[in-house]
Amino acid sequence: MSLLSVHDLRTYFYTDNGLARAVDGVSFEIGAGETVGLVGESGCGKSVTALSLLRLVRPPGRIEPGSQIIFDGTDLATIDEKSMRALRGARISMVFQEPMTALNPVFTIGDQVAEVVRVHHAGSKREAWDRAVQMLETVGIPSPAQRAHEYPHQLSGGMRQRVVIAMALVMSPALVIADEPTTALDVTIQAQILELLRELQQRLGTSILLITHDLGVVAETVSRVIVMYGGEIVEEAPVRELFAQAHHPYTEGLLNAMPQVGHERERLATIPGTVPPPTSWPKGCRFHDRCPYAWDRCAAEHPPLYQIGTGHTSRCHLADEPQRRAEKHEPLVATLTGERSASR
Amino acid sequence: MSALLSVRGLTKHFPIKKGVFGRPAGFVRAVDGVSFDVMPGETLGLVGESGCGKSTTGRMILRLTEPTAGSVEFDGINLVTLDSKAMRKLRRKIQVMFQDPFSSLNPRMTVGAIIREGLTIHRIAEGAAADARVRQLLDEVGLRAEYMSRYPHEFSGGQRQRIGIARALAVEPAFIVCDEPVSALDVSVQAQVINLMQDLQRDRGLAYLFIAHDLSVVEHIADRVAVMYLGKIVELATAADLYREPLMPYTQALLSAVPIANPDVKKTRVMLQGDVPSPANPPSGCVFHPRCQHPAKDAACTEIVPPLEEKAPGHWVACIKQPPTGVEWGVQQAAGGTKPPTRYLPVVASA
Repeated sequence: MSLLSVHDLRTYFYTDNGLARAVDGVSFEIGAGETVGLVGESGCGKSVTALSLLRLVRPPGRIEPGSQIIFDGTDLATIDEKSMRALRGARISMVFQEPMTALNPVFTIGDQVAEVVRVHHAGSKREAWDRAVQMLETVGIPSPAQRAHEYPHQLSGGMRQRVVIAMALVMSPALVIADEPTTALDVTIQAQILELLRELQQRLGTSILLITHDLGVVAETVSRVIVMYGGEIVEEAPVRELFAQAHHPYTEGLLNAMPQVGHERERLATIPGTVPPPTSWPKGCRFHDRCPYAWDRCAAEHPPLYQIGTGHTSRCHLADEPQRRAEKHEPLVATLTGERSASR
Repeated sequence: MSALLSVRGLTKHFPIKKGVFGRPAGFVRAVDGVSFDVMPGETLGLVGESGCGKSTTGRMILRLTEPTAGSVEFDGINLVTLDSKAMRKLRRKIQVMFQDPFSSLNPRMTVGAIIREGLTIHRIAEGAAADARVRQLLDEVGLRAEYMSRYPHEFSGGQRQRIGIARALAVEPAFIVCDEPVSALDVSVQAQVINLMQDLQRDRGLAYLFIAHDLSVVEHIADRVAVMYLGKIVELATAADLYREPLMPYTQALLSAVPIANPDVKKTRVMLQGDVPSPANPPSGCVFHPRCQHPAKDAACTEIVPPLEEKAPGHWVACIKQPPTGVEWGVQQAAGGTKPPTRYLPVVASA
């Protein structure tokens, strides 16, 4: 049985500009000890999905009735706030992107890690402190007994992110949600932090949901990938398969648009247009106006998640009519906006 | 061919002020004796991690930050000693593109007014002629001419970056300093902007100084690449040479840290220990020595400041342990050296 099973998660924001369907019918599972990547560009709903799992969505946003977030047999979408608080940070925790804002500048890092233990009544003050120091050592902070007395501003960005990870892991949670944990870091520090996450995941058997826009990070870290676009999952596949045989045109576009070290290319492929606003997702397939394969069916009929292979699904009518892949053309948006996608 | 831009010994030391009288208690050596050339029509990539001085270098070329020492020659004119009036005139030839497309456009001006401002200041065009020029520029960057009456907030990040490009192009520059121009953009939009920049370069013979931390973007767009670490250029080579055969141990570590979007590639990472030291108190000798993984690293590295030497044609490296080097073995031994220079090139990736 899976550790987390999300079913038809819908998180809507009731804004002045209309109803923003930021997360719109997302279903996925995470097994115990598994690392899953959730990728997509800004505005695709990946971060709101993460916040929803922890029930951290604030008004005007809300998780719509009918959404299910089954974690360890409990539906997090419906349990009361008190029970949720007991789970947060203990059984499920989160690593945020910006380590400077995720830490409180007026408390020492030791206090902040120990506080997690204290909040969950998992020991005396002394025990909590010892556990915090131990955890700081686990995440690779040198001389943790002394550094525990330091404040966040005394640490470098990489060290701060280690502290944030220590806070997330100190209660040995079953699931860690890491939202762009390395995006604010330099590439050499990013390599250190990803290595640390991998090592801790293996040692502690924690499941990780890694949210990122960086396909390189995904390729090196996770075993299964979920791609989101327009508030929906558009493709899900084992990591090897996704990179070798992406099915959805959006995934294909993302992979081709990315410059890669060691790959010489004259021009990068592009996806014309931009991600639509969540208040007005296009009708039919939400990607159809930017898609180089789209035909009339795509504008009319919202595609379901088609089964492509074992553990591989794609929300694209090409699964039904594969011969259309031969008919590549200029996407609709390019003709509408006058934007050029190809070379002149 | 002579260089369009020639930077020599460019240095910026920011004073650290202490006490009520603000006496300088030391200096942050943000940029420390940087030299390079940019040829007409060329893209020089400038890479490095946060705090290495790459943005300060760009700002000094534009005289947005006054250099402490050194010279910047553009088309034979030293910009550093130029008075503000002459500098303003020359800015027509040197333009800039910033990272954040949200704060670099005035929210109270229409797109048309933003692009036209340069035309007016430099007395290039007025009235209907200016209007026509704005339309043409918008078309060139792939936006509809009707957009000229709209405001920046109506556009997405990628479109704003296009507007920034149109603004820079309006005055027909020969050289553009691009400071992280695509790092705030999503992958798909980033590709659009990179392609546009390459098209414009080809059509107009523009030269770019492309400052970025993303090594894969730089490899794609740059002809030559300079790597900075703690205010110094530690390696400078053609993009092809640098990515195939990085000789400076720091460049090796930097490149090996880049995640590869291919799950089948097994990577042996050169894992750097610790963080970049403070530029207020940089290490003696080679600034990279405390974190260096070169097997021949020894006491000489802590004593001798490595000169930027040409180790292969057009491939400049600052490392006394990577042969050939003009820092003789006898000199290294006198500085406490125990391990003679040996060629070190870690294999970092294999399919």
